[in-house]
Amino acid sequence: MTDQALTQGEVFTTRWRGKMEYEWDTGAAVGRFMAGLKDGEILGLRCLQCKRTVIPPRAFCELCYVPMDRWTKLQDTGVINTFSVSFVNWDATRRETPEVPAVIEIDGASPGVGILHVLGEVGEDLETVVSRVAIGKRVEAVWKPAEEREGSITDIRYFKLID
Amino acid sequence: MAYRNRVAVLGAGLTRFMRRALETPKELAFEAARAALDDASLEIDDMDAVVSVTAPDAFDGVHMNGEYLADGSGARGKPFMRSYVGGGSGVFGIINGWYHVASGHFDTCLVVGEEKMSSALPHPQGCFNAIYDQFLERPLGVNLLWIFSLEMNRYMTTHNVPMETFAKVAQKNKRNGMDHPSSQSGISGDYTLDQIMDSEVMAWPVQRLMVSPVSDGAGAMVLASEEFVKKRGLDPVWIEGVGWNLDTSYWTNRDLYYPRYVEKAARMAYEMAGVTEPRKEIHVVEPYDPFAYKELHHLEGLQLADKGEAPRLVEEGFWDRDTETGIPATPSGGLIGVGNPISAAGVMKVAEIFWQLEGRAGKRQVKRSVQRGLAQAWGDLMQVGTVVILGKQS
Repeated sequence: MTDQALTQGEVFTTRWRGKMEYEWDTGAAVGRFMAGLKDGEILGLRCLQCKRTVIPPRAFCELCYVPMDRWTKLQDTGVINTFSVSFVNWDATRRETPEVPAVIEIDGASPGVGILHVLGEVGEDLETVVSRVAIGKRVEAVWKPAEEREGSITDIRYFKLID
Repeated sequence: MAYRNRVAVLGAGLTRFMRRALETPKELAFEAARAALDDASLEIDDMDAVVSVTAPDAFDGVHMNGEYLADGSGARGKPFMRSYVGGGSGVFGIINGWYHVASGHFDTCLVVGEEKMSSALPHPQGCFNAIYDQFLERPLGVNLLWIFSLEMNRYMTTHNVPMETFAKVAQKNKRNGMDHPSSQSGISGDYTLDQIMDSEVMAWPVQRLMVSPVSDGAGAMVLASEEFVKKRGLDPVWIEGVGWNLDTSYWTNRDLYYPRYVEKAARMAYEMAGVTEPRKEIHVVEPYDPFAYKELHHLEGLQLADKGEAPRLVEEGFWDRDTETGIPATPSGGLIGVGNPISAAGVMKVAEIFWQLEGRAGKRQVKRSVQRGLAQAWGDLMQVGTVVILGKQS
């Protein structure tokens, strides 16, 4: 069947729009982490058994399968583990200026332990971004002003390269 | 490990893969299941149980989609089970069907994989929005292409793989797909490397012609016990090994350059099949290829190449369909050359190994002789590996 058959009404269709809304409480571990972000801090959790310090936060160590509640303040700097230059939105429409998502290994967490975030101030086109950004480069968080922070991962606007 | 029954494959059937199917999901499931029964010369009354695989309910907009699909899948009045591990579902469906028969509880099982992605508006990619962490990832605007391009960059940078090598994988699969009767219109073809490498950058380093399309379609297979096979005097293809494994969903804490969950799934299947030297004992392989780099990533996880070696073997033609000394990979054309109706695509991969071992793959038949082959799929949050090994030995 062609797109045209659908849009020109050559076949019968039925349409439904699901309206679904959820409100999630953030739970024990993520809740504490969010409170840290509101205060301008990145908090990690340490497992007393395997000695890993991890982020994103979770109330248990999935390796040792024991509770994990030793909070420790991490740095708001880190290293680019991997990155991408995306020209596609969630609905498959195209963007003129790219987003630059990255996995960032946070200083103070165990080696290889990172979070997803985005990079900023790295260029507005593919050539510029890939010439400036590379795996292994160091970055630092750019925070929202304290009065605008609300306990969200977006309290960090983005990470930027450390010159 | 002791199982009650050895399990044979008696038939397989596929619909054509399409960007927009006129048929409903139920109609697609029926068409594939009917074709598989016809291929096995059996009727629905011969089936003791039915297994269904279909990916997110959000594609169809039907909650509990397995129940919706049940009638089309031939499950009325039968034990019915749906299983779901995202993109790994198609191959996992065969594993679930194997379980049904291996347990001794059923002599036969019909496995039906169906996916209709095209109904979701404005684009089915939106259905994936709800798979990411709702607290720390979704607020950043994450989409499906982000995570694949992040993984591809980690893989290509770790092993220093040139983009042209990935283009060669896409070229091979698009050429192989030209000979597949289910191939989606406009997907397969004889592309030049320049055409592939000049195609639109979607999320660097991922480009348009190195990605599988959005697809509708269905696939089905008929499984049976040794006793059932003996009664009919058949000499079928057997399921020799199954394996599956799930890694942590904290995907930003893993090194994405290597799929260790695929390795664990493969080792589980090799052990069951008694395979100790996979590079000698696996003669044809269908690794999961939603993106060109994934084929190489998975071939390494499957232990068919050392870490970082799969790209070099591309240059030698080791994975080509007409290789005489290598291991043909994705002779079907795969998700890149046939299409990617998610659960159905995994079934299609197992079906290709089945047809290759039976010598019924037509123009797609590999040149070297084949007694054993492997199909693999991958999914969930880049964390699940599912593996099935088939063999033709009585």
